[in-house]
Amino acid sequence: MVPLSWYLFLSAALFSIGLYGVLARKNVIAILLGIELMLNAANINLVSFWRYGSTAQMGGQVFAIIVFAVAAAEVAVGLALVIAVYRTRKTLTADELDLMKW
Amino acid sequence: MEFLTDPIKVIYDWLMSVLSGWGWADWVSALVINLLAIVVFILIVMVLDIILVWVERKVVARFQDRLGPNRVGPFGLFQPFPDIIKLILKEDITPEGADRVPFNLAPILSLASVLFLWAVVPLSSRIYGVDLNVALLYLVAAGSIGTLSIILAGWSSNNKYALMGAYRMVSNMISYEIPMVIALLIPTVIVGSMSLKAITEAQFTNGGVWFVLISPLGALIFLIAAIAELGRSPFDLHEGESEIVSGYHIEYSGMKFGLFYAGELLHAFTFGGFIAVLFFGGWHGPWAEQYPLLGVFYFVIKAMIGYWVIMWVKYTVPRIRIDHMLAFNWKFLTPLAFVLLMVTALTHRILLDAPTWLYVAGMFLSNVVLVWLTVELMRAQARRKRQSLPVIAAVEH
Amino acid sequence: MTAEQIIFFLTAALILVSALMVVTTRNLVHAALWLIATLFGGAVLFATLDAAFLAVVQVVVYIGAIAIMFIFVVMLTRRDLLAKASQTNAGWPWAALVAIGTLAGLVFLSGQMPNAGAQKAALVGDPLVALSTALVSPDAYVLAFEVASIMLLAALVGAVYIANRK
Repeated sequence: MVPLSWYLFLSAALFSIGLYGVLARKNVIAILLGIELMLNAANINLVSFWRYGSTAQMGGQVFAIIVFAVAAAEVAVGLALVIAVYRTRKTLTADELDLMKW
Repeated sequence: MEFLTDPIKVIYDWLMSVLSGWGWADWVSALVINLLAIVVFILIVMVLDIILVWVERKVVARFQDRLGPNRVGPFGLFQPFPDIIKLILKEDITPEGADRVPFNLAPILSLASVLFLWAVVPLSSRIYGVDLNVALLYLVAAGSIGTLSIILAGWSSNNKYALMGAYRMVSNMISYEIPMVIALLIPTVIVGSMSLKAITEAQFTNGGVWFVLISPLGALIFLIAAIAELGRSPFDLHEGESEIVSGYHIEYSGMKFGLFYAGELLHAFTFGGFIAVLFFGGWHGPWAEQYPLLGVFYFVIKAMIGYWVIMWVKYTVPRIRIDHMLAFNWKFLTPLAFVLLMVTALTHRILLDAPTWLYVAGMFLSNVVLVWLTVELMRAQARRKRQSLPVIAAVEH
Repeated sequence: MTAEQIIFFLTAALILVSALMVVTTRNLVHAALWLIATLFGGAVLFATLDAAFLAVVQVVVYIGAIAIMFIFVVMLTRRDLLAKASQTNAGWPWAALVAIGTLAGLVFLSGQMPNAGAQKAALVGDPLVALSTALVSPDAYVLAFEVASIMLLAALVGAVYIANRK
């Protein structure tokens, strides 16, 4: 049988990989991909705690659904920003997008 | 005799006894039998696909007032086999600069996304893959995998026509998923469950009627959204030869194109099957509960009728432009579907304890009132538009 | 080695390998495709945890919408793709250190939890019905549900406005 700790270790590993992606990548879209991995790790964590705890309490699953909605909204706005920035500055490297107004 | 009333159980028990006789553990033989069942089921569905190729070609020929294939075998029944042999023998070209893995993965995913759907379709009271309690959302999820395969195909072909065709097709598919989900929610509201088995059984037990009588507008919206999801005419701008030179199919030759083509036909038949299950009683018919094989027969007949309606629409109506397609979805179909869902839920709640005939009459009447209101609104809008146009003065020649 | 453990190991391997490929590959479209593999592994994991609704919604929302949005935007902003230069910035050793530190800390904390070795209890009732009741019941989570809908509307309007050509 699969104990709870395995799911927690898996989501910890996924979270760390996402964190590395956010901190170490140049391209803004790659950073957003790392954020998606971290949100997924949080979801796996939430649902495992729901399943291994009291399954009558729906808080874990509801929280996971809200995280889905937040991730979708954040990706939509983030990618819209990426498109707007690319149109004017023609670059997507995070290091070069360092001016608030040009 | 027991085979006729419960065929799957009889076969399962026999295979189990055979495998246990060889000395295998119970869970190993259960696993092997399940895998065997999956392979056999997929084989049966693919053979059905081959028959569908013949059906499609004959029906399109008759709609276009010609005969269709009639040389290979009686009535051209063996025509699909030369087609398949031709496709297999064609040269398999991978364009230069194409990404190999997505290029080869796309047709496989496209056919796989249709085969996934057959796991939840109830073919009879005792013949079905799995009774999933989120089966209707599973339908939408399999559609998403199909969308993914189209993007893979369009991008990995390294061809701007393929990319444009893929963009249009994907924007079409994800737009029409919304009225489809809402139309799928209507049987959910009526039955109280998303499981296809429960929906089928609710249509004839306890004085239930086929849902097409309870919600004809829902059936119509599902039909339109399904035709748009399939990418068939009139919504096939992304693959018309005169528009975009067959869109994302353009770089695929030989059996890969065959996979796309077969997947599209099977997808259309599967949606015909879903219309049958959701609105026309599925496998229900006289004596279908006692003899499951008869239930399968009724299901196939109803799915063929649904498929015929989809083909009828394809070969009758002209293609519409991409901006008309999307405007039709977002400005007409989605609001209508939302209003229909609200009206259905409200009427269902009000008439919950009413006798069956009152319930059916009430729901049907609410649908008719909604259609009448929509038509009146559209007429008023058309009248307003006509009056605001500038008057063109008559010119003397 | 029960079947459940085998399935868990295969899914965990799929998720972790795909996630590593997401953060190391140079081609951004490939990174998006590896993300799709990771998300699919997540959906399988939800299915093993008896959260069937979440598994299906993960495929529909994440793979069918979010990942496709990523692929669209990567294809629309292609100029950066042509440079096959390294995709990691100068501080990547520090990033790896932070990631490994986070992993160690999280694993330690997870091991400390009181029910870390717990096994699954049997399911009570139908989780789908309980979930749908919880989402619309006034003494459960209806407020969070409605606020999430308003947030999605705000994100929709905002995204359309930002990305619009003025």
